[in-house]
Amino acid sequence: MPDQLLFGMEVVLNGLMAGVLYALVALGFVLIYKASGIFNYAQGVMALFAALTLVGVMEGQVPFAHLINAILGTQVHHFGWHVPTLLAIILTILVMVLLAWTVNQLIFRHLVNQEPIILFMATIGLAYFLEGFGDIMWGSDIKKLDVGLPQGINPAIDDLTFGIFGYGFFIDNLDIVATVVAALLVVSLVLFAQYSKQGRAMRAVADDHQAALSVGISLKFIWVMVWSLAGFVALVAGIMWGTKSGVQFSLSLIALKALPVLMLGGFTSIPGAIVGGLIIGVGEKLFEFSVGPMVGGATENWFAYVLALIFLVFRPQGLFGEKIIERV
Amino acid sequence: MRQTLLTAVTAAVLAAGPALADLTIVDTSYRTGPYAANGIPFSDGYQDYFTLLNERDGGVGGEKINLVECETGYNTEKGVECYEATKGAGNGALLYQPLSTGITYQLIPKATADGIPLHTMGYGRTSAKNGGVFPYVFNYPANYWDGASHAITHILNENGGDISGKKIALVYHNSAYGKEPIRTLEELAKKHGYELSLLPVDHPGQEQKSQWLQIRQQRPDYVLMWGWGVMNQVAIQEAVNIRFPMENFIGIWWSGSENDVKAAGAGANGYKALTFHNLGSGYPIYDDLRKHVVDAGKAAGAGDQLGTVLYNRGMYAAILAAEAIKTAQEMHGTAAINASQMRDGMENLEMTEAKMTALGVPNFGPEFKVSCENHGGNGLGAVSQWDAAAGEFKLITDYYQSDQEIIAALVAEDSAAFAAENGITPGC
Repeated sequence: MPDQLLFGMEVVLNGLMAGVLYALVALGFVLIYKASGIFNYAQGVMALFAALTLVGVMEGQVPFAHLINAILGTQVHHFGWHVPTLLAIILTILVMVLLAWTVNQLIFRHLVNQEPIILFMATIGLAYFLEGFGDIMWGSDIKKLDVGLPQGINPAIDDLTFGIFGYGFFIDNLDIVATVVAALLVVSLVLFAQYSKQGRAMRAVADDHQAALSVGISLKFIWVMVWSLAGFVALVAGIMWGTKSGVQFSLSLIALKALPVLMLGGFTSIPGAIVGGLIIGVGEKLFEFSVGPMVGGATENWFAYVLALIFLVFRPQGLFGEKIIERV
Repeated sequence: MRQTLLTAVTAAVLAAGPALADLTIVDTSYRTGPYAANGIPFSDGYQDYFTLLNERDGGVGGEKINLVECETGYNTEKGVECYEATKGAGNGALLYQPLSTGITYQLIPKATADGIPLHTMGYGRTSAKNGGVFPYVFNYPANYWDGASHAITHILNENGGDISGKKIALVYHNSAYGKEPIRTLEELAKKHGYELSLLPVDHPGQEQKSQWLQIRQQRPDYVLMWGWGVMNQVAIQEAVNIRFPMENFIGIWWSGSENDVKAAGAGANGYKALTFHNLGSGYPIYDDLRKHVVDAGKAAGAGDQLGTVLYNRGMYAAILAAEAIKTAQEMHGTAAINASQMRDGMENLEMTEAKMTALGVPNFGPEFKVSCENHGGNGLGAVSQWDAAAGEFKLITDYYQSDQEIIAALVAEDSAAFAAENGITPGC
């Protein structure tokens, strides 16, 4: 088989894996938009905040240490213990639930039935606040995140493909884990939204806040639940991306990778986020591989948006988005 | 009424602050945002050294240093705002160290018009080395083109002086900064016969799978990197993932701090980075820093960055600024110098080993002498290597002289083009 074809196959496989990582970020956006019609600009920062909290808890870091030391003249930085990974994840989830409750109490409770642009602006404010709050709480140094996920080339796939093609494909173990986790997440979330009482209530709230309230659905509970779920998804995304690059403040920029995925997959579809992610991942990687060298490379960022725009022209609601029908 | 009160309070605060001190140095730092992890240690080192001079020596030449910090978030617009807001601080800012190539490019015309010198140590516009065209910009002791040459010299040394036919890939931040070494590397490729391939990475650089798959497929002998922030950490992790030999992976000095390698763990062991100063904390000056600054509760940050690569670099930048102040004071016979006199001090700065030893930093940086024709120093740089077990970079070579045969011509060409574009008549 020609080398270029083998390289192309390797690129496609890696594109699929990268797409799953993008989809993990996009899922959080979809959940909140689906339930409340809010485009949550803060989703990327939530992934950062969740990862910061996880590392901080695992390492026994004293939150707000710089602030405490500056005010009290102390020198406290660590509690001197290390929290096991699973317990740290559970504690981080609790922090994200608390964050969801606080966000709802302080911001969105007061904005029921406001225009979507108002809600969007509120999430911009939330993003900047949360970024600064995370900085004060955990510091801005780069933190190594090790929750025991494997990284590096998968030798089994390398050997297998070498045996078949005479060229071993590179597939990152972390990407394989991310794929499995994303698949489980999507299946769980779809089942939850379709078949659970809370899931149906969530969809009812998404359709019409006032109507949902009139049939006795607690808007407050649903919004806190959805923001908590989005916080959980943000934690998963934060773990995957944070393991790759260390937990640092540029993690919040991963939201940029989710936007073309949302445009393509639709803002309201959980499976759409995955399919959108896969198409963007494969599309941008293949384009970079085939056309990139001819145009000087670094095509991935803009090509993802071009691809999404092409889909938008023909299907504005995205591949799996709900068609908007306005009755007069 | 409220406005009046606010104005009165602001005026009172300004009057009561350290504005009356005579030597104002502005630290355009970034302690927040995606690049804060790098901005903090540099700023801490920069400020702590000036604090040490104030606390231990009563300033420089009897004049206290008035340190003004302005947060840029590594954002070019904010950097320009900082410049405009602080250039009149105290008796007028003497010097800016923007720590950002983007901010530097914006400040070159402004600072030149205002007569305030810029020190862009190892970054910024490389051809500013030509003081005849850039009278207010200094980039000593080394620049990006020197760095490109140092990397190739190191590879030459490892290969018995012959690298013809070798494949070298450059992974670079797809920005003005990242593109800086390309022309030099292309010229050096013509001279030494190696094959250069270019792999740009878009900002911020969190996703680099395509680039590292290409490296895996093309199998270059060496990979050079011009990265910053998260791009460095991801690149090093990806290199570990594809099992690229780390000793053949060389980053520019902005890709060579502890922040860049720690996330990759033991796999990053052996990674190399260029540097134009020495590393670690085994210098007498650190005893003074701890005694007069950190232990006295006067450190700019948490006091936990001492001895890191970027803290040392910030401290070195402050040392060079303080020595330029001393030179200016001697030249003009006054302790309370202004920005124009500071420029003269920078242009006549000479750093010798005897001077560095007296300052408590023996064998810390190369000797160099600045002149009007040469604002960039002697172009010396060395190679460091990450020891993951010890958790530190170690210097593994002597200082290399960059290939001035090629670089001098490139500097002359680029600065002449700038002069022609801007109607400048070059001259010293």
